[in-house]
Formats: sequence, C-alpha cells, structure tokens
Amino acid sequence: MSTDNFKVFRKGMKDGVPIALGYLAVSFSLGIAAKRAGLSSVQGFLASAFCLSSTGEYVGFTLIAAGATYLEIALATLVANARYLLMSCSLSQKMSEGMKLRHRISIAFGVTDEIFGITIARSGYLNPFYTYGAMSVAIPAWSVGTALGVIAGNVLPLRLVSAFSVALYGMFLAVIIPEAKKDKIVAALITIGFIASYAASYLPVISELAEGTRTIILTVVISAVAAILFPRDTNEEAAA
Amino acid sequence: MSNYSYIFIMAAVTYAIRVLPLTLIRKQIKNRFLQSFLYYVPYVTLAVMTFPAILHATQSKISGAAALVGGIVVAWLGFDLFKVAVTCCGIVLVLELFLV
Repeated sequence: MSTDNFKVFRKGMKDGVPIALGYLAVSFSLGIAAKRAGLSSVQGFLASAFCLSSTGEYVGFTLIAAGATYLEIALATLVANARYLLMSCSLSQKMSEGMKLRHRISIAFGVTDEIFGITIARSGYLNPFYTYGAMSVAIPAWSVGTALGVIAGNVLPLRLVSAFSVALYGMFLAVIIPEAKKDKIVAALITIGFIASYAASYLPVISELAEGTRTIILTVVISAVAAILFPRDTNEEAAA
Repeated sequence: MSNYSYIFIMAAVTYAIRVLPLTLIRKQIKNRFLQSFLYYVPYVTLAVMTFPAILHATQSKISGAAALVGGIVVAWLGFDLFKVAVTCCGIVLVLELFLV
C-alpha cells in the first residue's frame, strides 16, 4: 500500500467508526433473532461476517426458524437484498474503467446501506482503499455484535431483550422514512406496505403462507404496480 | 437441514447480488420499469417487514406500537440510523417498566 492509499484507508476507518458503533447495537438485536432461529454464536458470527445485511439476515433467520426450504431462503435473500443490486449498479459508475477486477470483487463484499452511503459521497473516482478502511472497522463490529447477541440474548433480562428487539425495526425506519419525506410516492407505498402486511396476516389463504413468502409476494406486487403506475424519471439519480 | 448450509446459501446469494453489477454492468440501467421497480423494492420490503411484526417483537403490543411511532418521528426529524434505533429501544424499555 502506498502512502497515499494508506492515508485514504485511515480516512475510511475514521468515517467507519460511527457506522461500527451503530452496527454493534443493531447486530446485537440481530443476534437475538439468530438465537431464536437456533444458531450458535459462531454461526451468527459467520452469517454476519459473510452476509453483512441486516434485512437479508433477518429474513434468513426468520425462515431458518420456520424450517424453510433452501429455495425459499435463496429467493427471500434475493428479494430482501434487491436494493444492493441498485447500489452496486450505481457504485459501478463511481469506478474508473481501469479499476482492477480484484478491487471490484473486494468492494462488492462491503456494499451496505451505510458503507455505500459514505463511499458514494466521496468526490471523483473511488479510491478502493477508502471503502476498505470503512469495511475494516464496520464488518468486525457487525459480526462480533451478532455473536454477542446470540450469547447475551440468553443472559439478558427479558425486559432488555424486548427493548433491543426493536433496534432493527428502528434501523429499517431510519432507512425508509427519510426517503418518504423526500418522495410522496415512497411515503404512500410505505403506508400501503404497512396496511397490506397487516391485512395479509389475517386474510384467509395468504395468512397461511410463510411470513417470508408473504413478504416476497407483497413486495413484488406493490413495487411492480408502483413501477408501472409511477415510473421514475430515468435521468434522476436512482440509488441510495 | 443444516444451519451452515443455510448460511452458505444466504452468503452466496447476497454476494452475487453485490458483485454482479460491479463486475458486469459498466453502464446505468436503461429499462425504466426495471429501474423504477428496483428503486421501490427496498422501501416496500422494509415497510412490510416492520409492521405488524414490530408489535409482536416486544412483550406488550402497546410498547411496540409506541416504538414504531417514535421511530418514525425521530427518523422524520433527520436523526441517523443509530439514534433512531436507540430511541425505539428506549421507548420500549421505559414503557414496559409500567406495562409489563
């Protein structure tokens, strides 16, 4: 690593610290979900280290707990993580054409809402070492937090587990609400999502489907209808 | 079915989603439907997963509902991910001192 790259790496680490702190708290609640699904702390650690996705992992753990099939898990993971597809598309525009393949496949590992956020905020073409710096503090925090959640979810009083369990939903809200504030259609879709999901948990036939399957169906139907009725302006920056 | 197989599938699918666009697609997606669909997906899926599930995550439905409302307000005010998550936890912790 050259001196310049090292400086950029350290800058990435510094910007990654607040992300790591947030990850530690949120992944702890994810660990509680992993525990419920019957995962050990090592399994929780590995799932987080290799998936690095709150939504995807949460859906996965829920399905594991329900004894889902491998195909269901694969499909649900695909749907839950669809936004990373968009982020990666957008991030590809941030890379110079000469960016080495090994950098592309390494950065891909760290495409999360937050790391993507700070990476895309850099000016000019991306120096991959910035993203590596952020990943080097954020990924261990995420993985260790999950393992701690599996271990301490047991030890903690029910009162605290109950409180920590909503951290993840808080994080989901922190992702969707700012966009709802900017975009009325997104605000409407979130409201429709809440109502439809509530209705689906009571309606005959659909309420008998697995929770993950319901999530996939509702997401695909609502998003597809919205995409037909309210297509985005293609010139607009699509990501984030 | 082994937990390690589950984890492997989750990791493989997640990584494929992230790595394929970065290595294969060098240009912006042009299809307007696909672009719009992909844009809406994360918000819809997170909304569907949040409610009514948040009501069942806590010991009392009231504290779950309060965390939902509180989280929406704090996120609307522009607080970051960490603060929104902590606010939701705090609301549940305090309310359940009285409710449970």
